[in-house]
Amino acid sequence: MVKNMNKALLSKPSGLVEQALKVNKQTTTEDALNIDYTATVGQPNCQNAKFSTQNVNVYYANNQAIHDVSLDIGAHEVIALIGPSGCGKSTYLRCLNRMNDTIDICRVEGQILLDQENIYHQKQDPVLLRARVGMVFQKPNPFPKSIYDNVAYGPRIHGLTSNKAELDELVEASLIKAGLFQEVKDRLQAPGTGLSGGQQQRLCIARTIAVQPEVILMDEPASALDPIATAKIEELINELKENFTIVIVTHSMQQAARVSQRTAYFHMGRLIEVGDTNQIFTNPAHELTEKYITGRFG
Amino acid sequence: MKISALIILLLVFAAFSYFMAKQKITTAYRQRQQKTKILTLPKYFGYVAALCSLLPALIVMLLLQLIEEPYINSEISNYLTHYEHSSDNDLGLYLNEIKSADTADKVAALSAEKQQVYHRYHEIETTTKRTHTTIVLSIAVLFVIWGMRKINTDTPARKVFEKIIEGLLLLAASIAIMTTVGIVFSVLFESTRFFGEVPVLSFMLGTEWSPQTAIRADQVGSSAAFGAVPLFIGTMLISFIALLVSVPLGLMSAIYLSEYASHSVRSVAKPILEILAGIPTVVYGFFAALTVAPWIRGLGESIGLSVASESALAAGLVMGIMIIPFVSSLSDDVLSAVPQSLKEGSLGLGATHSETIIKVLIPAALPGIVGGVLLAASRAIGETMIVVMAAGLAANLTVNPLEAVTTVTVQIVTLLTGDQEFDSAKTLAAFALGLMLFVTTLVLNVIALHVVRKYREQYE
Amino acid sequence: MNNTNAIKRSLKKRHLKERIFKSTGFFSIAVAILFLAVLLTDIVNKAWPAFWQTKIELTVQLDAEKLDLDAYSSKPAIMAADFRWVIREALMNRFPDVKSRQDKRTLYALTSMGAEFQLRDMVIDNPNLIGQTIKVQFMADDDVDAIVKGSIDRTLPESDRRVKNKKLAWIESLESNGQITTGFNGSFFASGDSREPEMAGIKGAIIGSLYTLLVTLSLSFPVAVAAAIYLEEFAPKNKLIDFIEININNLAAVPSIVFGLLGLAVFINFFNLPRSAPVVGGIVLSLMTLPTIIIASRSAIKAVPPSLREAALGLGASKMQSVFHHVLPAALPGILTGTIIGMAQALGETAPLLMIGMVAFIADIPQSVVDPSTVLPIQVFLWADSPERGFLEKTSAAIMVLLCFLIAMNAIAIYLRKKFEKKW
Repeated sequence: MVKNMNKALLSKPSGLVEQALKVNKQTTTEDALNIDYTATVGQPNCQNAKFSTQNVNVYYANNQAIHDVSLDIGAHEVIALIGPSGCGKSTYLRCLNRMNDTIDICRVEGQILLDQENIYHQKQDPVLLRARVGMVFQKPNPFPKSIYDNVAYGPRIHGLTSNKAELDELVEASLIKAGLFQEVKDRLQAPGTGLSGGQQQRLCIARTIAVQPEVILMDEPASALDPIATAKIEELINELKENFTIVIVTHSMQQAARVSQRTAYFHMGRLIEVGDTNQIFTNPAHELTEKYITGRFG
Repeated sequence: MKISALIILLLVFAAFSYFMAKQKITTAYRQRQQKTKILTLPKYFGYVAALCSLLPALIVMLLLQLIEEPYINSEISNYLTHYEHSSDNDLGLYLNEIKSADTADKVAALSAEKQQVYHRYHEIETTTKRTHTTIVLSIAVLFVIWGMRKINTDTPARKVFEKIIEGLLLLAASIAIMTTVGIVFSVLFESTRFFGEVPVLSFMLGTEWSPQTAIRADQVGSSAAFGAVPLFIGTMLISFIALLVSVPLGLMSAIYLSEYASHSVRSVAKPILEILAGIPTVVYGFFAALTVAPWIRGLGESIGLSVASESALAAGLVMGIMIIPFVSSLSDDVLSAVPQSLKEGSLGLGATHSETIIKVLIPAALPGIVGGVLLAASRAIGETMIVVMAAGLAANLTVNPLEAVTTVTVQIVTLLTGDQEFDSAKTLAAFALGLMLFVTTLVLNVIALHVVRKYREQYE
Repeated sequence: MNNTNAIKRSLKKRHLKERIFKSTGFFSIAVAILFLAVLLTDIVNKAWPAFWQTKIELTVQLDAEKLDLDAYSSKPAIMAADFRWVIREALMNRFPDVKSRQDKRTLYALTSMGAEFQLRDMVIDNPNLIGQTIKVQFMADDDVDAIVKGSIDRTLPESDRRVKNKKLAWIESLESNGQITTGFNGSFFASGDSREPEMAGIKGAIIGSLYTLLVTLSLSFPVAVAAAIYLEEFAPKNKLIDFIEININNLAAVPSIVFGLLGLAVFINFFNLPRSAPVVGGIVLSLMTLPTIIIASRSAIKAVPPSLREAALGLGASKMQSVFHHVLPAALPGILTGTIIGMAQALGETAPLLMIGMVAFIADIPQSVVDPSTVLPIQVFLWADSPERGFLEKTSAAIMVLLCFLIAMNAIAIYLRKKFEKKW
């Protein structure tokens, strides 16, 4: 065990990179259709944009994962990013709070404005950005600490409360908002890893909202959960949109239809179509979107 | 016949059996003339025959080899009863003198009586060896004849051969058990003899250690001189200093290398750590004794402290540096077992990198790190050369790192090198210390390995 | 939002902590690197003089009558002849003023104790030299060597200096006469151990190490590979196998000195194998390196994809055939790398060999695996313990030789690893 020093020196690239690398090699039948990718169909812009991204290109080493995506995300809206796996939707999502910084070989070009400020500007602090733009991940990832400590983690590192009572209150409020309080109020000191999958994910959401971010990014938050737990998460998203802007990546079109107001369809690293959720699902403008919606590929 | 010649003869014979059996089966196949089923290759019959000739003969040879010397010795001492000898000890010397006469000159220099014994000795030796050779060879021949008669085209030769090989593989794997058993028995056996002379309690709790004086005739059994407490304290002191150096530095280097360092820094620093890990301990010992110890002494004097020239600090510091790569690679292993998702979860909440490491990664990896520290401790306790060269010999009961202390391993080396009277309490004491050392490190290792395994399972 | 400002305020402090933490990590690595640099420089510095040897050129008369030899003398006769006085005479001729007994003794100590053997060997090689007057470069004594190399400071006051004024004057006289030369110290690599620093060499230790490693390799490699194959491919899941695995993992962490105790109690005292011999050292070291090689071999075997095994089994090969024909060759580079690393570990090991008596002073070069011998790391230990100053540089030089062997072995291991690295 000691001798295995020669293990891969690189920190493992996350599955994301592999996914992205694979995509460019994939030659799908749709390529042969020669469909025009160049412009995004629909209305990528909106009035009171929280996020405004312009001509975003993302590269993993020499592979381009995102091509020229321009999209606005309005304040207090729920926008769903959909598309076949490896289409770049998760990569795009991770640009919004600079989580891509953790991958060495990743490079982001273009402009991403949060409240009119470029978040990739040198002076921008990713730490502050991530406090403002929280993230919920695909697989529930509670820290191996107690439920209480999981939720209190963010407020503690940011120094959001000045005493124990305030912190208790904040933890309780967050758990209530995440709809978990009733289930765990008697065992706040029990380890968070002991909860069921759906509870864990709601704990992660509670953990995120305890920092009181402005935007919450959700990367397929229900994909690892059973239908009942999924329903609870969706219900939660509907409640959260009162206070937060939510960007959700999802695999399930039904989910996108249920929770979002706007939907953006990604394909092969390009933003193909964006528009009102109802319109996208009932009357897609782009051929590719239609094929995806009707289940011809995915 | 010399043993090497005998082995060569056996190998030749095995080769011969191989061809015989192969030939027999090939001929038999040819006579059958039927090609309906897949036949076992003739070479497997050969292999089986070769193993038949080799294995039993080799086992018998090994056994005979073990009893040969005692047998010859007893024969010659029977013969020697014609002459007068006072004690067994003299007899041993006497025999040694005769056995070591390997040139004509030396034989000529022996007394007439001894020359006679010398010739008798060679006579016995030759007959014995000849008998043994005959036994071994006949076993080989008998087994081959038996085997050749048994095999026919229906024998599942390949399966038999593979079973034998599998048995041999299992035997190889069991050497680990035999080694452990060997270690346990050798230290336990000699230790019981030691504890027959020195009470266990006075060994474990006594605070005075001076084995050299205890072997003087007028002091035999003065158990106070075998109090091992100063040794235990000394060992713990030096190991503690070593851990104090290696755990933070090793852990921090692992963190820096896996979390912060650029690719180029890593590609330089990792090999350097490997080099550090590969330097023999005797080199560290030399460096500790000749460079670090005088330097620390000088440093101490310049600020008005009196530092022993063989201070525990010097040995501990250098040992600590030696263990850095060990701790670092263990920590690297356990840290990289923490799922990436936890790290991302923390960063996603706006934690800084160091906050993520301190508050999430390290707590999550804590059991693994603790296991690693225990292994490092076991290594520090068992480390020998650095302390032999850089720590003291005198058993001072102190926890002052600036004074000279001695350790368990230093005493084992001191007691067992140099003149050896194997039965004296002095040498037996070394085995008692060895027992302590083995048990301590065993307990640490078992706990550590268990903790680390449980930790890994948690994330798999 | 309200939080943003609160967080912003705390950020400065948090980033400072981040920087401190990061620099602590860098500092740790730097300490390790710095230490290695200091250690290596220190040793190379100390070792450097050992590779050079000071010689004194003297004119000696090989007087046939006084030596009682002639050009046809037999080797034993030459061996028996007394060459010491020839050198003494040469020294007296060079410094005719020296009269007192004590001074003479100091004068004679200018050349090494080995000088007479050097002269004797020359005569054995060429008996025609008898009767001639020749110039010979004799090995200098370690004190002279130290003065010439500057290890002893000439400017020190006489009372603090090991070499007194009178001797120093002779040395300087020889130097100004061009009779003192410095050349590459070939005898360091060509001779065995000696009590005299200037004559001590490491050939005996190198050969001893080679024999020991040979025994270690020939025992541990087959056994370790067999054990690894069994545990990875054939072992059923049962208590015995679990016990074997626990034992292997534990043996990997047992202090090496305990293996020495095992060797002493079992192989020397019980089986009566010869003390101080490479064969016992090799057995002990092979038991010690077994876990290392087994663990490395197992991971190499584990890395072979199951598809390869299945392909062989699918063709009707037996399990044994699939393992020996396909899995083992594929895993071999990994196994060899592990073996070399294990051997490097064995080469540097000292403590267990001390226990089995390889620590004795042995001047002869071992001829077989049962001859008493010593090994490189123990030579280092022995010389490090010697009080003579001349041994300090020898120790460092022996360390350099040892490190060179280790680096070579590791380089081979790394090369193998790189060359055969396969991505399954």
